Amino acid sequence: MIRLEKRPQPSKTLSLATPLIAVVVTMIAGGLLFATLGKNPFEAIRTIFWDPLFGEYAFYYRPQLLVKGAPLVLIAIGLSLGFRAGIWNIGAEGQYIVGAICGAGVGLAFYPMESFLIFPLMVLAGALGGWAWAMIPALLKVKFGTNEILVSLMLVYVAEQLLASMSLGLLKNPQGFGFPGSRNLQDYASAHNAELITGSGMHWGVVAAFIAVILAYVLLNKHILGFNIRLSGEAPRAARFAGVNPTRLILFCLGASGALAGLAGLFEVSGPSGQVSIDFNAGYGFTAIIVAFLGRLHPVGIMLAGLLMALTYIGGDIAESNLQLPAAAIQVFQGMLLFFLLALDLLTNYRLKFASKGVA
Amino acid sequence: MDLSAINPVLLIASLMVAATPLLLAAIGELVVEKSGVLNLGVEGMMIVGAIAGFAFSVETGSPLLGVIGAAICGALLSLLFAFLTQFALANQVASGLALTLFGLGLSALMGQSYVGVRPPAMPRLDLPVLSDLPVVGPILFSHDPILYFGIALTAVVWAVLKFSRIGLILRAVGENHDAAHALGYHVVRVRILAIMFGGACAGLGGAYISLIRVPQWTEGMTAGIGWIALALVVFASWKPWRVLLGAYLFGGINVLQLNLQAAGVAIPVEYLAMSPYLITILVLVIMSADKSGAPASLGRIFHASQ
Repeated sequence: MIRLEKRPQPSKTLSLATPLIAVVVTMIAGGLLFATLGKNPFEAIRTIFWDPLFGEYAFYYRPQLLVKGAPLVLIAIGLSLGFRAGIWNIGAEGQYIVGAICGAGVGLAFYPMESFLIFPLMVLAGALGGWAWAMIPALLKVKFGTNEILVSLMLVYVAEQLLASMSLGLLKNPQGFGFPGSRNLQDYASAHNAELITGSGMHWGVVAAFIAVILAYVLLNKHILGFNIRLSGEAPRAARFAGVNPTRLILFCLGASGALAGLAGLFEVSGPSGQVSIDFNAGYGFTAIIVAFLGRLHPVGIMLAGLLMALTYIGGDIAESNLQLPAAAIQVFQGMLLFFLLALDLLTNYRLKFASKGVA
Repeated sequence: MDLSAINPVLLIASLMVAATPLLLAAIGELVVEKSGVLNLGVEGMMIVGAIAGFAFSVETGSPLLGVIGAAICGALLSLLFAFLTQFALANQVASGLALTLFGLGLSALMGQSYVGVRPPAMPRLDLPVLSDLPVVGPILFSHDPILYFGIALTAVVWAVLKFSRIGLILRAVGENHDAAHALGYHVVRVRILAIMFGGACAGLGGAYISLIRVPQWTEGMTAGIGWIALALVVFASWKPWRVLLGAYLFGGINVLQLNLQAAGVAIPVEYLAMSPYLITILVLVIMSADKSGAPASLGRIFHASQ
């Protein structure tokens, strides 16, 4: 008979170890999944986790790690602030879309003028767009007590429709021969989020992601606001007695995560993606939820988790073209990872006691 | 614009069809929440139910078997959530999200060979005389059996929650799990059964979309209906009949906006398509003032040692 005994304090070692164990367990379960799909599990796992880093064409895939990791890390850092305080923004996908629309909109408004001021303005517009979109659930929660989970999620569907409307209407390329989608910002020097070092994958979004990691670390460890965030999540009653203002916390956490998601959208639309189009969003806003949990809601952990998740995206693409592994299999793989992580978290907070039978 | 193209009788009849998946998923989630568990995985269970029901009925040729298979798959998937939240004591919000993300991926994987396939049609209830009545016939008496099952299920859930001992235990567990535990009720067992019921209902609702409402399979075809069902439970203040009312209201909005799209109203299609989600938000705002109906232990983790 197994009994659970609550640990007085969550185990530090296991808290670090469980994400790693979860990854290994997911690889095993994923291998079984790939085997049932008729693929060689070892080959599939090697293609996903080894080839992008050390394979024959790794020089091509390694930069992709930064390109795909940056939006995930940016969004997940923002989400982690709220998740720590029990404020659940799960509509980052919507904020990402709106940030991209606003940022690209500002850039396209200046077309074909060239100026070094345009890109900073776009960055500002992207962050503001995401922030404003996240303020909707924030204000509704503060004013009316509306559930932020449902509102932020509903706004994803609204943002998707807005994106369709924009790429078919207002932002459509007038010289695009009637095809949906905006002008390609990669062809517009002042608005292009180009690689800073050619061939490295390093663009402004990657820089922003690193800065976000550092700022979040400082905020959570050195600043009273970060302390209040942690306090509200871990001991809500104590936070109330300590006079933490929940309204400010909600506005800050949702606003910050929205702004970061908006930034991620802007850097994506002006860089790797290039244009506002109907299928611009690739689900980063939802995958970032997994990244945030896999990184233990800790900035450094999120950075590592973001890179790992980026690896599964890249490896998934390779496996799709080389092994005909369906793209959805990677989605299942990512979902399984979160499952195992949550299940294994039990070990961090509880001790398993194997009591022999007959002992009362 | 040609509003005369909208036939009110057909509108009401299709409103009932559009409302049924919402009703099924929401009534299941209502029972889950009444037991004190918040399962945000409704969307994931629905989409898996949609493809499972589709696959079962294509392979067996029987829509009824498909629907049953969907309910079983939904319940099985919800067991994952039950394990995480009831045994591994994981956070319910995170576990529910995990279920949705996993379900969306799983359904896309399962559904690859079913894109573009036509499922066998569910026979409609055809009552002599009644179905032939003008106006009332097409609205009330010529639907598929699942639609009536949904309404009956609402009545059963209402009666069980209000009048039976099982309902009393379920509500006790949801209102105060420590007290229920002290009285000797098996909190975890009750909750697991409630979660499985919710999963079966969500799976059924999903199958209704892929087999009857749309009849075809496309990736991500539930398009947020699972989330709207969650909102509906709040809207209904955790009362079954109000869930029915809410489902018909949302079904009506959705059918109306689709009809307006078809009629070529001057509002762009995208803005019409936003409307169900925006109205959901509006309704949530209006209803969130009154939280008295929410089960007191909703979302809290129960462990007998504490």
